[in-house]
Amino acid sequence: MSVVVELRNVNKIYGSNHVVKDLNLDVYEGEFLTLLGSSGCGKTTTLRMVAGFEEPSSGSISVQGEDIHNKEPFERDVNTVFQSYALFPHMTVYDNVAYGLKMKKVKKPEIKERVTEMLELVQLGGFEKRYPSQLSGGQKQRVAIARALINRPKVLLLDEPLGALDLKLRKQMQLELKRLQKKLNITFIYVTHDQEEALTMSDRICIMDEGVLQQVGTPAEIYESPKTRFVATFIGETNLFDGVVSGVTDDRMSIHIEPGDFEVPREDFKAGEMLVISVRPERMLYSTEPVEGFNLEGIVKEQIYVGSILKTVVTLSNGNEIKIERLAGQELPTGGRVYLYWKDGDAKLIRSYDNVFAEAVENIVLR
Amino acid sequence: MAKLSRHTFRSNTLPAITTVGPVTLWLAFFVAVPLIYVLIMSFCSLDEGYNVVFKFTLANYQRLLDPNYIQIYGTSLFVAFITTALCIVVGYPFSFLIARTTSKHKALLYMLVIIPFWTNSLIRIYGWRTLLGTNGWINNLLIMMNLTDTPVEFLFNRGATILGMFYCLFPYMVLPLYTAIEKLDKNLLEASADLGAKSRSTFTRVIIPLTMSGIFSGSIMVFIPSLGYFFVSDILGGGNSDVIGNLIERQFQSGNNWPLGAALSIILILITLLLVKLYQKLGGDMDNLGV
Repeated sequence: MSVVVELRNVNKIYGSNHVVKDLNLDVYEGEFLTLLGSSGCGKTTTLRMVAGFEEPSSGSISVQGEDIHNKEPFERDVNTVFQSYALFPHMTVYDNVAYGLKMKKVKKPEIKERVTEMLELVQLGGFEKRYPSQLSGGQKQRVAIARALINRPKVLLLDEPLGALDLKLRKQMQLELKRLQKKLNITFIYVTHDQEEALTMSDRICIMDEGVLQQVGTPAEIYESPKTRFVATFIGETNLFDGVVSGVTDDRMSIHIEPGDFEVPREDFKAGEMLVISVRPERMLYSTEPVEGFNLEGIVKEQIYVGSILKTVVTLSNGNEIKIERLAGQELPTGGRVYLYWKDGDAKLIRSYDNVFAEAVENIVLR
Repeated sequence: MAKLSRHTFRSNTLPAITTVGPVTLWLAFFVAVPLIYVLIMSFCSLDEGYNVVFKFTLANYQRLLDPNYIQIYGTSLFVAFITTALCIVVGYPFSFLIARTTSKHKALLYMLVIIPFWTNSLIRIYGWRTLLGTNGWINNLLIMMNLTDTPVEFLFNRGATILGMFYCLFPYMVLPLYTAIEKLDKNLLEASADLGAKSRSTFTRVIIPLTMSGIFSGSIMVFIPSLGYFFVSDILGGGNSDVIGNLIERQFQSGNNWPLGAALSIILILITLLLVKLYQKLGGDMDNLGV
């Protein structure tokens, strides 16, 4: 797969506000990449820099190997679907969709053919003469998508395009967008703060927090192997422990956390290193008998039966609450003592930033 | 809650007359009554002593078709047209600048347009005489710089009238334009650029059509007064009857022919109504005229 969009050391600074920090990202041809993060994380700014509405403060952006630094938005081979649709209110659906082609001075018969075809594609055949004010939110969205796709861009940028739609319509449009993307084989860069949306639609997800790229990977990679504490908590629910490597043998490591100890298969950590351990609720197990290799006991605080699954909350000795989900079965008495454990590989070890920080300080001091 | 609904119920049963507010009374006394008076006056006749007598006649309206008058209507429409065009050409970029600037002086720029509003326009027009007169500052400056030996006559011609009109009415063009341009969604301009439009295409295909309502209402608000601002033509135009307003003023003052003046006024009001109707037909928003 070849790289379509390449961001190298991209920074964006507004006054004293460092919005995007040293961003490096490759977007591959034909993929559906989602920039995911909470508001103010720099995802929209990143999108706007690719579109050409903002200039990076430093760094470079190339599309198909060509640096687009000096190119105006109208010269770039990318198109945008705006959050607010930004349909021209004084033009009909037909004229809105045809706008890009008119600007490219395409011949009239061809414009008609392509607009008709595009409106069919987004299931809006017959709406040509309507004005945007006569359309529903979902229909406006389709027009905005058709208008952005008509010029057959290399990359389509979508800025929270489904944000204004109700839940049911949003779910439907998610699938439809995915279908469109596969059919046209156009690279989509999609901005959203909705993790479920990201997981449903994306080939790869790029998670950002406070301007910093946290992790890029497939939805499964992101969910199963979070690389930072932020990613672990941002995507899905999880149980986090701050701990320290208390001992290392040939193939095992023992880890000490505030309310107890446990063992995990050995990974690339040194004794004494601090780390964060993430265990998803559905991977967390409990037993009424002590489990070998684990010294983690707690009290069942509550059990909630939600149809097919049973949600359990266990309080540890330091007061931390642990969420556990399992298929519904026999319930435990509230207030009963349980021993927590999990299978090897189900605990994800995340290098703590305190270590990175400590190493950085050490390096500077050594120099 | 029950109390509230009973209250509403009771006020609904009050006679309609009690709901007449001060605004309605004000409008009745100061707008409707004088207008009716003017209308009646326009159908009255004069006796030998130039006194108004209540004898119905259409003679006043017939006299409006006098070729001399028709010529003045033409001149007045011409002056109004040029003034409006000038206001659009200068006002549009000006409004665009203050509506779109990100400078912290935006409010100040806006105030600079408003402040002259608070000064009597008669005084400001006299100011132009001081500036442009044969012994005015500009002529003195020109002579000092040896650009001319004899003072240039800037005043007392149609150009001076148009300049004065333009000066007086400029804010009426800027305010609706400013409102329209300010309302323009920035995303639309970005969308246009994104789809391949250069700045010029964006301007003609998106910005102009979407601010057309501002151009319309600004034009109405400049065009109509410039048919009536007789003092501008009196002070700067040297009393050449350049606008319909002069004609009306003369009937009430030196001409002492109130019925004819009233008939002229009615025609002016009809022209105004016609223009406002046209404005509505073209999709203009009446609220934009209320600046």
